[in-house]
Amino acid sequence: MLTDSERREIEATLHHYPHRRSAAAGAMRTVQRHRGWLSDEALADIAGFLGVSVEELDSRATFANMLFRRPVGRHVILICDSDCCYVMAYEQMRDHIAARLGIGLGETTPDGRFTFLPIVCLAQCDHAPAMQIDDDFHGDLTPERIDQILASYD
Amino acid sequence: MTDRHTTGVSPDERPLTAAFRADGRPANIADYEAAGGYEALRTALRELAPAEVTKLVSDSGLRGRGGAGFSTGGKWSHVPVGDMAPAIKYVVCNGDEMEPGSFKDRHLIEGNPHLLIEGMALACYAIQARTGYIFLRAQYDKPYALLTQAIAEAKAKGYLGEHILGSGFSLEIYLHVSIGRYMCGEASAMLNALQSDRPNPRWRPPHMASAGLWSRPTVVNNVESLCCVPPIVRLGPERWKSLGLTDEGGTRMYGVSGRVNRTGAWELPVGTPMREVIEQHAGGMRDGFALRAVLPGGASTPFVPAEAIDVIMDFDHMKEAGYSLGTGTALLVDDSVCPIGLVRNLVRFFAQESCGWCTPCWGGLPWAADVLNDIEEGRGRLSDLDLLEEQCWFMGEDMCFCDLAPSATKPLGAALKLFRDDFERHIREERCSYGPVGQPAGQRSLRGPGPDGGH
Ligand SMILES: Cc1cc2nc3c(=O)[nH]c(=O)nc-3n(C[C@H](O)[C@H](O)[C@H](O)COP(=O)(O)O)c2cc1C
Ligand code: SF4
Ligand code: FES
Repeated sequence: MLTDSERREIEATLHHYPHRRSAAAGAMRTVQRHRGWLSDEALADIAGFLGVSVEELDSRATFANMLFRRPVGRHVILICDSDCCYVMAYEQMRDHIAARLGIGLGETTPDGRFTFLPIVCLAQCDHAPAMQIDDDFHGDLTPERIDQILASYD
Repeated sequence: MTDRHTTGVSPDERPLTAAFRADGRPANIADYEAAGGYEALRTALRELAPAEVTKLVSDSGLRGRGGAGFSTGGKWSHVPVGDMAPAIKYVVCNGDEMEPGSFKDRHLIEGNPHLLIEGMALACYAIQARTGYIFLRAQYDKPYALLTQAIAEAKAKGYLGEHILGSGFSLEIYLHVSIGRYMCGEASAMLNALQSDRPNPRWRPPHMASAGLWSRPTVVNNVESLCCVPPIVRLGPERWKSLGLTDEGGTRMYGVSGRVNRTGAWELPVGTPMREVIEQHAGGMRDGFALRAVLPGGASTPFVPAEAIDVIMDFDHMKEAGYSLGTGTALLVDDSVCPIGLVRNLVRFFAQESCGWCTPCWGGLPWAADVLNDIEEGRGRLSDLDLLEEQCWFMGEDMCFCDLAPSATKPLGAALKLFRDDFERHIREERCSYGPVGQPAGQRSLRGPGPDGGH
């Protein structure tokens, strides 16, 4: 079942679209914001509310790079691996984060604090190398700056 | 193509950024109105028929800033208007900005969100659409908040909503936030994404001017293209054109990333030479680094060698010289960067982002990425270079459903020529002789770190 606030937020977007089903992408975003990730149950809740099939939602969700179909940590680190960040030594930053947290890309720290993932260009190329943690951008990364930034997420 | 030069800069000469505030905060509606904001919409609703707005845009010669450079007025003129036209039509603003290397649309929205709102309103009036969508990439929380605020301010002033400025024209603009994927930036895939369908590109025909979003006539334009419309209507096409240095005319955002003294995006006359963008605006390369090549307008454009940076950055001059302008936001590649490693990175990006529809794309891109990886890691053969050439043909124009795979062949094809010596040396020496990226000249060892120390 969708919670009251999830349902209210989704309902507020329905009039943006001529068909109820077209609110699905936004609905998945909304539910992920509340629950952290999209479980099978979450997809079923959305599907029931919008009158679409779970499979339809899943075909969208698995193609999207900002929806998570597996549990993630309290904070999600997305490090940009595209060309401008490549030129600006993102690989060194990636390795630094991995060493600090003791996890590789695609993994979550055992305490559930961070999940570490790669992402394509974040449109922060003027501040490459760049990463995103939850909704915040962090650019002009150096190993020292990364240590400070990580420390600010509990 | 003749070149014109202007001297001195007044706000009317930099219409995209004229209302940007000195304190770096986003312009509000009062800032924008003080710089002539919403005058164009007022004029259009009072004095111009919809087709006349389209004609002004056509006369200005405005070409799409999303990368391909389609004529904006031409695109609009294909949409049916008048009594017999379908009642429901849409304008969709492409704010996906996922082309690697591009960050200009973010600068425009964060500097002055109202310019885009007025551009949308004019585009909707021109094709007589009552609904507009701004499609934003998943990460654009700040632009989302600013545009939400701008829409509320514009509504309160009567610039949006029912009977705009007392006219018969009504318009609602909605924001749609992506759930993320490079593919969503392709115009027809974007329409599917907006409908909450899987973002595969669509077959044309039907063209979206007759059957686009929910099968209604639709125009898709990039953020910056729409931002050019208010100044075109306000200044008139001739005056706007005269702001450029070449026949193409107007102004656009040029941007630079890489190891330069000042990265950023700047509004400059169309036709500014690449050398001026790099040396004057980006302040040249940092000490210890020399320019090797430029990826002039995103990952989908061919490399420009360092010797050729006197090229003029407009669509036609770039094309004539064998390059392409793309988004106009350039990545400068310095001499600490192994070009094979960089091209491997680019091709891996495209391979990962393929939607999986066409064989040349889903088959060819991972193959090319693997071959590049072999060469970079010292397992390459000379015949691999022929194979890569062949892949560029196999994935080229007209071989695929959309432009993703052909785009990937642009930097790859150019690299095979421009960095031929590097490719051959990697193969001959069975290793990469570059050190880690970002090492200044003085600290690089002569022969590089050797077979085990390369990257
Ligand atoms: C794979 C792919 C990704 C694209 N991504 C973007 C994008 O992020 N932003 C954009 O404006 N255009 C993008 N385009 C170009 C659009 O298809 C389209 O040409 C453009 O939005 C039209 O706007 P314009 O005529 O105003 O330039 C992309 C094209 C392809 C093939
Ligand atoms: S070229 Fe690639 S991304 Fe484009 S439609 Fe074909 S498979 Fe999909
Ligand atoms: S390439 Fe990393 S932010 Fe653009």
